[in-house]
Amino acid sequence: MGRVVLVTGISRDIGRRFARAAAGDPSIERVIGVDVVPPRGDIGDVSFVRADIRNPVIAKVLAKEDVDTVVHMSVIATPGSAGGRGTMKELNVIGSMQLLAACQKSTTVDRLVVKSTTTVYGSSPRDPAMFTEDMGPKRLPSSGYAKDVYEIEGYVRGFARRRPDVDVTMIRAANVIGPHVSSPLTNYFRLPVVPRVLGFDPRLQFLHEDDLMRVLSHAATTGIPGTFNVAGDGLLTLSQAVRRLGKPSIAMPRFAVGRLGSTMRQARLSDFSPEQLGFLTYGRGVDTTRMRTHLGFEPSYSTAEAFADFCRALTSAPLEGAGRA
Amino acid sequence: MPEEARRDADVIPIGTGGRPGRGTGQARPSSAARNLAPAARKPAAKKPAAAKKPGRARPTGGGPATESTRQKVADAPPSGSTESGGGPATESAREDVADAPLKDGIPVGDWLAAAQAAALEVFGDDWERRLAELMAFVRRRLEGDYEVDDYGFDRELTERFFMAALRPVAEKWFRLEVRGLENIPAEGGALVVSNHSGTVPLDGLMTMLAVHDKAHRFLRPLGADLVFKMPLVSSLARKSGATLACVEDAERMLSGGHLVGVWPEGFKGIGKPFSERYKLQRFGRGGFVSAALRTGVPIIPLSVVGAEEIYPLVGNIPSLARLLGVPYIPITPFFPWLGPLGMVPLPSKWILEFGEPIRTDAYDPAEAEDPMLVFNVTDQVRETIQHTLFDLLRQRDGVFS
Repeated sequence: MGRVVLVTGISRDIGRRFARAAAGDPSIERVIGVDVVPPRGDIGDVSFVRADIRNPVIAKVLAKEDVDTVVHMSVIATPGSAGGRGTMKELNVIGSMQLLAACQKSTTVDRLVVKSTTTVYGSSPRDPAMFTEDMGPKRLPSSGYAKDVYEIEGYVRGFARRRPDVDVTMIRAANVIGPHVSSPLTNYFRLPVVPRVLGFDPRLQFLHEDDLMRVLSHAATTGIPGTFNVAGDGLLTLSQAVRRLGKPSIAMPRFAVGRLGSTMRQARLSDFSPEQLGFLTYGRGVDTTRMRTHLGFEPSYSTAEAFADFCRALTSAPLEGAGRA
Repeated sequence: MPEEARRDADVIPIGTGGRPGRGTGQARPSSAARNLAPAARKPAAKKPAAAKKPGRARPTGGGPATESTRQKVADAPPSGSTESGGGPATESAREDVADAPLKDGIPVGDWLAAAQAAALEVFGDDWERRLAELMAFVRRRLEGDYEVDDYGFDRELTERFFMAALRPVAEKWFRLEVRGLENIPAEGGALVVSNHSGTVPLDGLMTMLAVHDKAHRFLRPLGADLVFKMPLVSSLARKSGATLACVEDAERMLSGGHLVGVWPEGFKGIGKPFSERYKLQRFGRGGFVSAALRTGVPIIPLSVVGAEEIYPLVGNIPSLARLLGVPYIPITPFFPWLGPLGMVPLPSKWILEFGEPIRTDAYDPAEAEDPMLVFNVTDQVRETIQHTLFDLLRQRDGVFS
């Protein structure tokens, strides 16, 4: 008897591809995808259930389908795709709370995998070189994606306390990059001229999209509880990344980059949030020892290789995938 | 010299090393080549006058001249296995030039000779390889084809740029004298603890250079968070191997086997008035000691004499400093009165003495939680440095000699 996996956030490219990959896994019997809008691409053997995780109907889906593994990956990073910051927060935080409430009531669920992000550590000049899973942000995030994720992680920890019989795995993924990824960071690298903050050269860590798929299915099939940083080996500095990309870059004072970012956000060219500005100023590095020792996962792409793959796709098809997926 | 520089710097030698012929490697040129060559002329007798004459041959003028040489390198067809030296073209051109009257400007041959002389001047005898290495270095930098470690340390840039820039300052201006080098372990983690002085943290940079040149290791400094907040300084600091002075980073670096440098006095030490010179301030809260205890690495006390006199701090503008968010705005006898000229440090003579390592591996890592032990070890380190400072001050003849 294989597992029955419920995947949230299937309308987005990464959720859809993960669900498809999971449906092909022999140890997984059935995959159910949940979202408010139907996925655009091919979903293969995945059965799609149109449901909003913000209301209690999700509990019925869990009970009816005998779901034993929940993979929560519908936390969105940009207000643009949701139609405003208010909706984004609602989807992220309230959606997660409802989902966790449903999981707590459910008698069948014994495994929960949450796709979180290293953005939760923030970026500041007081950061240690490498964050381990026990550390928190040096400054609590005040807005945006980072705050949502921070709150969601708090609720997930609360859930893990109340239901100790459920294995909760939290995957803090570094910035996901790859030919098909459309995120604030990949859109930033797709700009014709890359703006940089004058006098700062942040350290960046990337995770290839294939590795994200692999680590999520690894977590869903093995069910090792805990919080894990997941990132490719090594680091790139922003200046190095831009040079490898072969694009011109322009260094501007921080306030000018911030101004440019908000202008671009209004023009819907790129999402350039304050926390991204912090990231592009101070950078961030995470320690992935626990990923290897406890989770037993080894990314197939290093940071540099993941970025090289992204560069290749960018130079061969400059416009493909530039739209929001 | 980094190995990777050698690896990908492929030298395509120019010409055939002075012999006529198209690089066949034969000692005797072909008959066709012999017919082409001017009658009965040996490629002998370098003319020093021709090589020396143009003022462009100085290293400063080497820029454009080197450029033209580089052009030649690119244009030259890949020839066989011959050693460096001017090609036959250069050689014969130069000889023609020597005969020709100087009527319309400087002839091409002179330019080439000047370029070669300039390259020799700048890079030494092995100039062709060195030039190729330099170009490979530039290419790698432009393409981003280099490595940084977890802390953002760019080894290549540090060795080829930062260290090279600091070396003349250390050797010619401050005339660094380094003692007790045998106390730096050849490998493994160790913590160098130093006094801090001089208004501007030049002592840290000089210590990094001294450790690199004399002990052939990289000193990884721990910097205050202000360093990582300031534009430019922050990226330079990370690239040269620094990281934030916090317990997590210190322990990570020490257990990673790095040689870590700390200046526990911090801004209290570096920004103290000139009248309090060589009086050690409080040594932080002893965080460096607990990091060393936890990782079991030796603590190497370092006493720096001479850095106190480079910018004698006689005043401070606390209100302006608060406004700018910096710990102090220095006033020295020359700054800000002389403007940029006041920023030139006084050429004091420096002595760096590395003391005997204080071993911490006898303690249990759990004893790092014992504040009394931490305070005791902190005091021991501080006393050692203070006494060495007094000894060194007694020994030195004068500030500038």
